[in-house]
Amino acid sequence: MDQEAFPGGIHFAQKGSDTVMAQSLLKAVDVKKSFAGVNALKGINLEIYPGEIHCLAGENGCGKSTLIKVISGVYTPTSGHIEMGGKSYNKITPIEAIMNGVQVIYQDFSIFPNLSVMENLAFNSELADKRKLVNKKRMRQIAQDAIAKINFDVDLDEKVGALSVANKQLVAICRALMFNAKLIIMDEPTTALTRKEVNALFQIILDLKAQGIAILFVSHKLDEVFEISERFTIMRSGELVATGNTAELDDKKFTYYMTGREIEDLTFTPENVSEEPVLEVQNLKLDGYFDNINFSLKRGEILSITGLLGSGRTELALTLFGMRKADGGTIRIDGKDVILNAPDKAIENGIGYVPEDRLTEGLFLPRSIGDNAVIAEIDKLAGKLGLLADKTRRDEGERLIRRLSVATPDANNACNTLSGGNQQRVVLAKWLAIDLKVLILNGPTVGVDIGSKRDIHEILHNLAKEGLGIIIISDDLPEILANSSDILIMRGGEITASLKPSETNVAELSGYMM
Amino acid sequence: MKQNNRGLWSFLNRDVYLTRLVGLMIIWLIFMAIFRFDRFYTPISFQTMAAQFPEFGLMSLGIMLCMITGGIDLSVVGVANFASISSALLLKEMAYENGVLPVYAIPAAMIFGMIVGGLAGAMNGVLISKVKIPPILATLGSLELFTGIAIVLTRGKAVSDIPIRYAETIAGRLFGVIPMQLVFFVLMAVILQFLLTRTTYGTKIYMLGTNITAAKFSGLNTDLLLIKTYMLSGICAAMGGLIMLANYNSARADYGTVYTLQCILIVVLGGVNPAGGKGRLGGVVLAICVLQMLSSGLNRFPQISSFYIPLIWGGVLILVMVLNYFTENKKIRESSNDSNTKKSA
Repeated sequence: MDQEAFPGGIHFAQKGSDTVMAQSLLKAVDVKKSFAGVNALKGINLEIYPGEIHCLAGENGCGKSTLIKVISGVYTPTSGHIEMGGKSYNKITPIEAIMNGVQVIYQDFSIFPNLSVMENLAFNSELADKRKLVNKKRMRQIAQDAIAKINFDVDLDEKVGALSVANKQLVAICRALMFNAKLIIMDEPTTALTRKEVNALFQIILDLKAQGIAILFVSHKLDEVFEISERFTIMRSGELVATGNTAELDDKKFTYYMTGREIEDLTFTPENVSEEPVLEVQNLKLDGYFDNINFSLKRGEILSITGLLGSGRTELALTLFGMRKADGGTIRIDGKDVILNAPDKAIENGIGYVPEDRLTEGLFLPRSIGDNAVIAEIDKLAGKLGLLADKTRRDEGERLIRRLSVATPDANNACNTLSGGNQQRVVLAKWLAIDLKVLILNGPTVGVDIGSKRDIHEILHNLAKEGLGIIIISDDLPEILANSSDILIMRGGEITASLKPSETNVAELSGYMM
Repeated sequence: MKQNNRGLWSFLNRDVYLTRLVGLMIIWLIFMAIFRFDRFYTPISFQTMAAQFPEFGLMSLGIMLCMITGGIDLSVVGVANFASISSALLLKEMAYENGVLPVYAIPAAMIFGMIVGGLAGAMNGVLISKVKIPPILATLGSLELFTGIAIVLTRGKAVSDIPIRYAETIAGRLFGVIPMQLVFFVLMAVILQFLLTRTTYGTKIYMLGTNITAAKFSGLNTDLLLIKTYMLSGICAAMGGLIMLANYNSARADYGTVYTLQCILIVVLGGVNPAGGKGRLGGVVLAICVLQMLSSGLNRFPQISSFYIPLIWGGVLILVMVLNYFTENKKIRESSNDSNTKKSA
């Protein structure tokens, strides 16, 4: 009876038009999946045609990953079935999925980092043939054939762990192609890639399409969806909200489907900018990473620093936070020279840092939200001898999470019960606890969904208005353009351009970065 | 009255490790009451136990601290023997011709022993934090090193003929009832409990154990915290060594070598997560008591040869680990149910 309770939201009319709608390659029919009473998928219908580039979008936790795992046989659906290769499966095993040409490239790529490229590529076929002895020559041949398919130029003897993220991904793609893949599912493939690498990846995707291979591209980035996909499916909290041709989609609709609410764009306009700079950097140098860095930041300003991976932007941020010791140059806070050789020195001087990877660098996930928020000011909370009453700590934690309206019923809950956006708020709360002058954020909205992203931008704008100097390190160019008062571009360890957001655009910025 | 009961129940419910250890202890006490009441339930028997367990109990407390930071200290026994030999030599040095000790000798020797232990622990801490040697290797190396120094100092023989006054005092009884060893153990446990729950140091090492990178990015001086922790562990171990010195009235480089693994097992049994960030002193103290009661209780059965003791010991530990595995899984299921009801609410 409840079967029709979720009719799958709005469906676009599917006029066959230019793409020939042949028989579908894969069809998921009314797939439901629940974990211990949580409905992760509430009746999803998804169809994928041979040779199409299909984008599966949705915010974090909407059920995208669960759906992929159902299709690839990792999870058994609670109800519903999957049609593949002319057969209908109520329950599909990973082997059956592979036999039907389904290959998944997960975010961690599932590769063996301490084996060579050749071994990684040849391993599966060696296992499949049940060989007991290793024949290096044969393995090399297999590997060579595999990389030739996508014209991937790599040293077969290199350890995979030593490759760049983009190359690791290509190894994973090559491996997927060795199984006569008909459908390659890529789970957020662009997360750790630079713009240039994303372009290369898109070229490969187009080549694969030309070979008749369908791609299911999982992403929550709007620009990518428009750039690469022909059809799209958007999910929200376990339901399918919309599916159709990408040509019929625009920014507004996309955001609305993703979040279920209308989101206006925010633009930052500096107010209350101080006369004197709060932070001045002169000739700053870190051997092997950057040299001759000069800039200044006033209270109330948001300075964005962008550049490709390896341009020295992250190292510059780490140096300003004292994680790395500069090899030359001066850093001045409120006109006074300071030496930042340890994070606690930076904090003493009023510099806070929100790291790139929230989960591994920013948070203590199993600890309480309150403890996470108070950790940076813990010494100030405590008395002379380091005595700290439980109540003081709890009350302060409570106060901080209220201030940034972290959505949680109780500050004593573990931090890993929060969503990505709320976790990022906790990291911000940590720094609001202390008397901050400059806040450096490295990729402040990476992996944060659209709704929370806007909220975080709003928080940053307000902090700037309250007199904080903010530095954002990001390669999300639209984000930078909308949220800064000045933009610095780094390339090869040097500042190559300094621009005002009102006088530039995405194309010009990426021009300077390359 | 009723409320009191409920409070206790909810307290036990909150920590499955504690509950299980309390259950195990009660079952064992009942078992002993049925089969060996007259030989187990005597003041002497409890006094003997309380004099014995502080040896490895103190070492366990040190390992617990290190394990909370995500590390381990395998060198405790080495540090304990090194410290006890140093103190023993100092005691003999300070004694008058007739073997009588000056008043200040015992406190001086104990403080000296603890300084030796603290320095040894600090060395571990420096190796781990500054030189970045994994704790298991650093402390395994220093275990050999300290044992080696102890052997060289004593030429492999026991240091004996220690002025008897020392053993009489440290292995004596407070008010003629409470073993002094127990007093030292309780004192150290109270100090550590205070450090863990009431000071920023405690919060910081739990945070450090949860995620050392995030701790660095939050401005914690992680190197210093690690050095302090291993230093505390060294001091605990040294106290254990000083108690061994009193109990045996001699010191030797290879006393208590079985304690290393026993201590680690106790700490894990007490609910401290070997991956760091989790664990309570209460659980560890309880685990110490339970194991002491088990081994002393087994001694009351002459027909059970001492050959069986490791077997029973290992069996209990594996059983508890298996139970832990199942309760952890249950907890995960329950918490996912919880978050579901919260979401729908």
